[in-house]
Amino acid sequence: MKLNSLLCALAFAFFLPAAAMAVQPDEILPDPALEMRARAISQQLRCLVCQGEDIDESAAGLARDLRLLVRERLVKGDSDAQVIEFVRGRYGDYVLMKPPLAPRTWLLWLTPAAVLLAGFAVVLRMMRPRRKSGAGGAA
Amino acid sequence: MKPQIFALVPLLLFIGLVALVAVPLLRGTDPAKPESPMIGRAAPAAALPPALAGVQGFAPAEISGKPAVINFFASWCVPCQAEQPFLARMAREYGIAIYGVNYKDKPAALAPWLQKHGNPFTAIGADADGRAAIDWGVYGVPETFVIDSAGIIRLRHVGPVTAAEYEKIFAPLLAEMKK
Repeated sequence: MKLNSLLCALAFAFFLPAAAMAVQPDEILPDPALEMRARAISQQLRCLVCQGEDIDESAAGLARDLRLLVRERLVKGDSDAQVIEFVRGRYGDYVLMKPPLAPRTWLLWLTPAAVLLAGFAVVLRMMRPRRKSGAGGAA
Repeated sequence: MKPQIFALVPLLLFIGLVALVAVPLLRGTDPAKPESPMIGRAAPAAALPPALAGVQGFAPAEISGKPAVINFFASWCVPCQAEQPFLARMAREYGIAIYGVNYKDKPAALAPWLQKHGNPFTAIGADADGRAAIDWGVYGVPETFVIDSAGIIRLRHVGPVTAAEYEKIFAPLLAEMKK
């Protein structure tokens, strides 16, 4: 019995921090499948008050309102894309945690690839003369 | 010759980077205050009940035909308090109809607050659960919208309206719409 309660306490100590999240018990939908979709959508939407957090993890009032709205629309039968479009239509692309790929975000999305390619080019250029001098040294 | 040209590449990249950062900075655009996608669209039509007894509710359908200013505010919001005297001036001196949307507030708190800071509003609708705010794309109070005579949103301003901002942002638009 004692061991049991000790294990229980340990389990709480380890798992409670992970469970301490912004979603309140009264927000959670009775249908687990819908709730899972709501959580996934919430993780894609930015909390505009806190800006670095998504609405799923934010304790701000607006985040809670948006979480409730997401669930309400899912219950009404909206698809995931429709829910996201509803919020995006009011708050703009900025509300999406992942900016969409569009002409004005090309710089944002393509810079890492461009830098990587440039890096390869530089490395190749640096390697070429060295190989020549190495061959010369052996001769 | 070739290596010398390549030596300029980091410098050019750096100049480009500086320009990229400097242009929005000098222009005064704040990336944390994104432009509202609501601009150019019809204002949400949902009518809001009166926020107080003896006050008119906010019915967007009833204000068509004339440009109007819609102000989201709350008695618990300190910046709202700060802009209240200027809103009163806008209503009184410039003759602008200002419609209030009272965000997540209580009549018991609102009534004394209006008494203390003045009531510039033609009508005040209650947005007790914050749903109207979401419909308008509002993410905090105060936010102020300008709609034209056709009910199209033309401007969204985040934060308190000051005299300087009024002259710079609101006045030209309101003048243009009066034509």
